[in-house]
Amino acid sequence: MSFDINEYYSKLNGGDVLMAFKGSISSELISNVLEVVESRMDEYSESSKIRKKVYNVLVESLQNLYHHIEVLPDEMQKEFDDKFGILVVSRQDDRYKITTGNFIGQEKVDVLRNKIDKINSMSKDELKDMYKFILNHQRLSEKGGGGLGLVDIARKTGNRLDYTFDKYDDAYYFFNLDVFIDFT
Amino acid sequence: MEALSIQGTAKTPSVKFDGKEGVIEIKGRSIPENSIEFYKPLVEWLEKYSDSPMDLTQVNVQLEYFNTSSSKCILDVFKKLEAIHKGKSEVIINWYYEEDDEDMLEAGEDYESIIRVPFKMIEIVE
Repeated sequence: MSFDINEYYSKLNGGDVLMAFKGSISSELISNVLEVVESRMDEYSESSKIRKKVYNVLVESLQNLYHHIEVLPDEMQKEFDDKFGILVVSRQDDRYKITTGNFIGQEKVDVLRNKIDKINSMSKDELKDMYKFILNHQRLSEKGGGGLGLVDIARKTGNRLDYTFDKYDDAYYFFNLDVFIDFT
Repeated sequence: MEALSIQGTAKTPSVKFDGKEGVIEIKGRSIPENSIEFYKPLVEWLEKYSDSPMDLTQVNVQLEYFNTSSSKCILDVFKKLEAIHKGKSEVIINWYYEEDDEDMLEAGEDYESIIRVPFKMIEIVE
C-alpha cells in the first residue's frame, strides 16, 4: 500500500502538541505559527535560551518548507492544497520536537538524503566551517533560500536530523524531518 | 546625505542609518522569507555613503533573531563596511547579544572571522 497521509498525520501526536498544521505553507501562515508557538512557550515559562532555540529552528524549518515545496501535478492537487506541507511542534519530557513534512520529486530524493547524511556525520566544528563556507561563497536563490537552513538547524540543536522518505507514487516521495531541541 | 530610517515589523528589523553622525543601527528581528528585497536599500545607501564616509563609522547590530536568508544579506552589508574600512576611515561593528544567547554570540564571531573590520561583542545583561 502506498503512503497514507492521514494515517501518518494522526500518528504525530506524541507529547504535548503546541501546534499542528497541514495545508498550504504561505508567508502569512508562517507568521501565524510563529506567533502562536511563541505565546504557547510563554505559557510554559520556558527559559529564554530554549525559547530562542525553538523559535530559530522553527523559522528555518518553516522557511525550508516554504522555499522547497513542489508544485504538485493536477491530480494530486485535488487531494492536497497548493504548497502542501505539514508541521507539528510538540513538547516532550526533555525536549521539543519539530516535525515537518512535504512531497518531494523522486529525482531529488538522493541529493537531499546525501546532504542530510553528510550534515549528520559532521562534528560541531565541521558544521561551523561548512556554514561559514556556504555563507561566504553561495548566492541567495531568487526566492531567498540560501542552502543554509539544514546546516543551521543541525548547528543550533546539536542533534542529528531524523528523516524518512516514504514512497507516494512513481513520481513523488513524502519527506518527513524530525528536529529535536533538548532542554539542556 | 539623507538618513535612512525604516520601522521594524514582526519579520524585519528597524533601521537607522545616519550619515552625518556616522552611526548605523540595525535592531530587532530579521526573519523575512526573502531578505534580498529588504536589504537592497541598505546596501545601496552604504554604497553612496562610502563615497564620503565619516572618519569613524559606528555600527550597532542588535538582533533578537535572524534567519539564514538574512545572514547572507547581513554579510553583504558588512562587506560594504569592510570596503569603507579599507579606505581612510575607521569602522567599528558593535555586535550585541543577550547574556544567555550563545548562538547569537557565535553568529557574531562567524562574521568577525570573515570580515576584516574590528568587532566588539557586547553582552546585554538584563
